[in-house]
Amino acid sequence: MSVLPFSAVLSSRMSTKAPSSNSVAHARRIVQQLKVEAGFERIKVSKASADLMTYCTENARSDPLLMGIQASDNPFKDKKPCTIL
Amino acid sequence: SCDFAAFTFGQKYMRSPLSPEMATQEVPLNETLAHLKTESETLKLKLEEERAKLHDVELHQVAEKVEGLGQFVMKTRRTLKGHGNKVLCMDWCKDKRRIVSSSQDGKVIVWDAFTTNKEHAVTMPCTWVMACAYAPSGCAVACGGLDNKCSVYPLSLDKNENLAAKKKSVAMHTNYLSACSFTNSDMQILTSSGDGTCALWDVESGQLLQSFHGHAADVLCLDLAPSETGNTFVSGGCDKKANVWDMRSGQCIQSFETHESDINSVRYYPSGDAFASGSDDATCRLYDLRADREVAIYSKESIIFGVSSVDFSLSGRLLFGGYNDYTINVWDVLKGTRVSILFGHENRVSTLRVSPDGTAFCTGSWDHTLRVWILMC
Repeated sequence: MSVLPFSAVLSSRMSTKAPSSNSVAHARRIVQQLKVEAGFERIKVSKASADLMTYCTENARSDPLLMGIQASDNPFKDKKPCTIL
Repeated sequence: SCDFAAFTFGQKYMRSPLSPEMATQEVPLNETLAHLKTESETLKLKLEEERAKLHDVELHQVAEKVEGLGQFVMKTRRTLKGHGNKVLCMDWCKDKRRIVSSSQDGKVIVWDAFTTNKEHAVTMPCTWVMACAYAPSGCAVACGGLDNKCSVYPLSLDKNENLAAKKKSVAMHTNYLSACSFTNSDMQILTSSGDGTCALWDVESGQLLQSFHGHAADVLCLDLAPSETGNTFVSGGCDKKANVWDMRSGQCIQSFETHESDINSVRYYPSGDAFASGSDDATCRLYDLRADREVAIYSKESIIFGVSSVDFSLSGRLLFGGYNDYTINVWDVLKGTRVSILFGHENRVSTLRVSPDGTAFCTGSWDHTLRVWILMC
């Protein structure tokens, strides 16, 4: 395996980093992450909801747990397990 | 205290080497800790403002024009008995009939759910096998738990063959493995761990391909986006956050923090535009990815026990939740109401998955059994 054992990386990191610079680096990463998230292009909930509804209604007929399927098509229909010939 | 985000698994995969940075650059004056904290608070507020601007209506209001669902009668049609202790995880094979399950006693069993026969059994070297997954080909299973690893076992056609002999160790974390999933092929596995990270691995070589840092505590669950929607996955953790990740870059693209406790399960809505979560706060929630916010909460005052696992029916209209009070609650995703409560298990429901063709769903429980349920009509 070419992956460095994690514990080895951990111990080498701990010895080279001062605690304060660690926190700054961490805080900087959080700010960076928030900037990425803030720049996200969003749509209105009304539009998003309409799309979720459309998907549901379009696929409802083929949803066996919603509409049910013919007993003959459902391999689990019989309570007693049967051998498939 | 440990800063998980600061560590990487190996020199080869470092995105932004921290040690050289610290050594060669002076921290600019305006980048004091206090300044950065103020900046992050400002950004968080801005994020909330932007999200609120688009919150023009509630999902259940839009859904008022949709026809309500009638009575649902769902019953157990198969009970899989054979585990000697709590069932912790299960997964369906793409053939819609085989199931792999794992247990606290270290056993991993492959079942034919049609006949309830056990086809394979493996004893892991550790107890609490919290994660298991079926390979897309149906020719292998992956599992792991307290051993901090994810191992792949090729399934042999020869029933007498010792599966453990062909075992391949793929993932290595520094804390327990909480979840695993093959990607679109048998070649890559995605894992989540109590060490606070997720990781993508190459099965053949065991090499780490990408690591995902951002959770502040144990990651408990993950789910891959439906293949049509691209290379992302969602994870949930003890930090109450659900994070959406870009698998190629390792970047966290979106983050949601509305749950009040650990998130035990996350599952994508079938279109890939949303995902559901289940939490120890006794609620399930729906997050829309394009609106970038929570759009529904599935809860009742009478439901006070945590949700361990969630999954959608094929159309996304129903959300099944397995609970720590031994029940399964079935929710109308659009209207936000409960349409059914199912009894049967004699202890916590720990895992729940709808079959690949949506005909049935399977639950696993601390009562040592698995049940396969269908809609009676």
